[in-house]
Amino acid sequence: MNTPTSVPAATCRDAPILKERGQREVFCGLTGIIWLHRKMQDAFFLVIGSRTCAHLLQSAAGVMIFAEPRFGTAILEEGDLAGMADAHEELDREVARLLSRRPDIKQLFLVGSCPSEVIKLDLARAAERLTQVHAPHVRVLNYSGSGIETTFTQGEDACLASMVPVLPSTDQRELLLVGALPDVVEDQAVSLLTQMGIGPIRVLPAPRTAEAPGIGPNTLFACLQPFLGDTAAALTRRGAHHIQAPFPFGEEGTTLWLRAIADEFGVDDETFARVTAAPRARARKAIANASEHLNGKTIFFLPDSQLEIPLARFLTRECGMEAIEIGQPYIHKGLVGPDMDLIPAGPTISEGQDVDKQLDRVRAARPDLTVCGLGLANPLEAEGLTTKWAIELVFTPVHFYEQAGDLAGLFSRPVRRRALLKLEAAE
Amino acid sequence: MKLTVWTYEGPPHVGAMRVATAMKGLHYVLHAPQGDTYADLLFTMIERRDHRPPVTYTTFEGRDLGEDTAGIFKATCQDAYDRYQPQALIVGASCTAELIQDDPGGLAETMNIPVPVIPLELPSYQRKENFGSDETFYQIVRHLAQPMDRTPEVTVNILGPLALGFRHRDDIEEVKGLLYEMGIGVNVVAPFDATPEDITRLGAAHANVLMYPEHGETAARHLERTCGQPYTKTIPIGVAATHEFVAEVAQLCGVEPRKDLSRLRQPWWSKSVDSTYLTGKRVFLFGDATHVAAAARIARDEMGFEVVGLGCYNREFARPIRALAKEFGVEALITDDYLEVEQAISDAAPEMILGTQMERHIGKRLGIPCAVISAPVHVQDFPARYSPQMGWEGANVIFDTWIHPLVMGLEEHLLAMFREDFEFHDEAGPSHHGGHAPKPVEAAQTPERVEPQPETGSDVMVWLADAEKELKKIPFFVRGKARRNTEKFAADQGLSEISLDTLYEAKAHFAR
Repeated sequence: MNTPTSVPAATCRDAPILKERGQREVFCGLTGIIWLHRKMQDAFFLVIGSRTCAHLLQSAAGVMIFAEPRFGTAILEEGDLAGMADAHEELDREVARLLSRRPDIKQLFLVGSCPSEVIKLDLARAAERLTQVHAPHVRVLNYSGSGIETTFTQGEDACLASMVPVLPSTDQRELLLVGALPDVVEDQAVSLLTQMGIGPIRVLPAPRTAEAPGIGPNTLFACLQPFLGDTAAALTRRGAHHIQAPFPFGEEGTTLWLRAIADEFGVDDETFARVTAAPRARARKAIANASEHLNGKTIFFLPDSQLEIPLARFLTRECGMEAIEIGQPYIHKGLVGPDMDLIPAGPTISEGQDVDKQLDRVRAARPDLTVCGLGLANPLEAEGLTTKWAIELVFTPVHFYEQAGDLAGLFSRPVRRRALLKLEAAE
Repeated sequence: MKLTVWTYEGPPHVGAMRVATAMKGLHYVLHAPQGDTYADLLFTMIERRDHRPPVTYTTFEGRDLGEDTAGIFKATCQDAYDRYQPQALIVGASCTAELIQDDPGGLAETMNIPVPVIPLELPSYQRKENFGSDETFYQIVRHLAQPMDRTPEVTVNILGPLALGFRHRDDIEEVKGLLYEMGIGVNVVAPFDATPEDITRLGAAHANVLMYPEHGETAARHLERTCGQPYTKTIPIGVAATHEFVAEVAQLCGVEPRKDLSRLRQPWWSKSVDSTYLTGKRVFLFGDATHVAAAARIARDEMGFEVVGLGCYNREFARPIRALAKEFGVEALITDDYLEVEQAISDAAPEMILGTQMERHIGKRLGIPCAVISAPVHVQDFPARYSPQMGWEGANVIFDTWIHPLVMGLEEHLLAMFREDFEFHDEAGPSHHGGHAPKPVEAAQTPERVEPQPETGSDVMVWLADAEKELKKIPFFVRGKARRNTEKFAADQGLSEISLDTLYEAKAHFAR
């Protein structure tokens, strides 16, 4: 039960990686703020950047959340670029104004951007200074979401990693779940583990600063997302133990992820089976419905969310798809290694991007489904290719058993739609 | 440093992208870090374009900074030329690349690229998107257009429409129609669908029609200077403005101001008795200067509304908008601070907002109906159907668009009559909007804002319980107006409390 039914002989872990440099069609790490600010309810994200940063956040958010959001951009102006001392003063003033207007904020993240990094504005120093000024009410942290340092989901990693050094210490044997997931999914994970007798269970990020987890040598942690490498390293530095497993996408991924944790906590096979049998059966059934449209179809992943390798594992092993190329912005085998072990060698594994060359490969392969960013989806559809835009995978609940069918559905819907529409006759 | 929550305009290089994306056969090489490629989705998603914007980004990373970012730019520029074989290149930097001072224009010049290479200087830390589009189009025109012989027949250029514009696609067709009726041909439309080769032919036209000063005024002025082409100052949005536009074009081109009014329905729709209920509706206008100026006249003269506030987010046009506001007896709001606009609208308590996608959200929060008249745009501002703002059909479209968010005329009476009905009640909102009914003004007061209210003027006005109760009986779509009028009346009378009598005395005072 605790090993997958079929482990391929030659796997993607050992396959050569096609490394490319050129134009990368990816978001920068600032984008993570869109979901992080909803997860951490007493936190505010202040980007120190340019009008471009503000425009990116607005465009990526799709103007969905027009309530006064818990993020903003301190836009650097001509004067800030000239004298550094002034920039710090200006920042202090803007932060003071913000905090007086929003007394509900307990945690403030100063988020570095491309321009703030190029002018070497020291946000670590600013965060230290501002923490002293606004203690004990507000804690000020900093991380980089800049495009020159981070891609898309890496912003969440940088944010969580910045929190690790200031988490309290503990000697408790606790399980820590790492990664910002929608509450409904997080609750399901906690419920499954609790039913196996595993606990106490803590989460990072906590919804409120007061609930921040403690860390110590007896902490065991598991990542919920495959892009949390720096956070995992920071936790390991504080003595915590990393439980590695494939990521909890689909029935198999969820089972292997839960099993790895259960093993650490000495859960017996019978208990494990009792807790997981019913949701596993439900997940299989739901996947079977959606995968009817995916079976035997080819898929091409352009690098975007860092979820590509775990999703390729799910789609090839549980939905019967064939991967042509699996691209990720960067490949961290310490995290996605267990997923790579399950994918038979064959597909091209690519890291980084030269988007024009990669699109040439897409056009040559003509996959049945192409997973890509929003900038590329409509142009590829216009060329007759079916696409799945990747950002939805980060905004939609897709982890664990009860969402396995939804996850397969995200991929089958564009395929079904193409089969459904009878537009050619009308044209 | 300025704290910004939402922005009306992007950075200037996005303005340059709007020009490049609108054109054909032009390619933009943009020195920019990884992540700036987000701007592609504005065009492919919001506007549903079926091609990638013709932009190649260098997407340099942190590790490149100490090394040769200039080399990366040159390699990218060469690759982009080789792959796309454009008729001309524009090159420039985004905000971050501006800081590392690689001088893309200078670099590209040394590369012997066999087509015109046009450098762009767009100061990211001073200017914004509309400056970027206007300046980019100007530079393209300045580099490529020359004085030349005029076409034998009377032709004009149509200047200004570009990608991501509010109804630019359909406005072009309306303007072409107006010109056709006068027997005037179109030499070139630019930037929309124009190639660099087309730009070289601009000088052959007898005059220029400037559709959107925000995006084409500098180019139009340049052509006036260098090619002796006069350009139009009237924006044909609204019935009266369209008549004036036809007269202006006829005069510039020396032709008869012929027009075909058979499709124009707006005047009768506005005169017909069903529209009586529109009389004196209090509207607040905000957007880009060109659309706001046109909308203000339409609102007052062609719809019979009362303009209670107006403003624009593009400071470049602050002066004409201030003059316009003076003419309307209101204070102009010149700001790109979304929270300031929200406050001004909340204070003015209008019955309708004519604004951008941002004001649509303000309206949602405050429970005030809103129609969109200007960029910034969203996916729903690119309808599949023909839906211009300019010309005769534009006037028809505007009439429909503006009354759609409102409660219908007869329904207003029914709401007043059956206020207590459990289905057809006051707070359900306009019946033709289904699930998207606006909330009443009171309930939508935002709990998140904790800005201190000044302890003076009408803010300290006390509503006595019976007056407050009576106010609630007034239908939601006029309640804000009643509250405001009553408070103003009480303040004028030197009262600090509002009783039931005050409420009805105010009603009598303001009766029209």
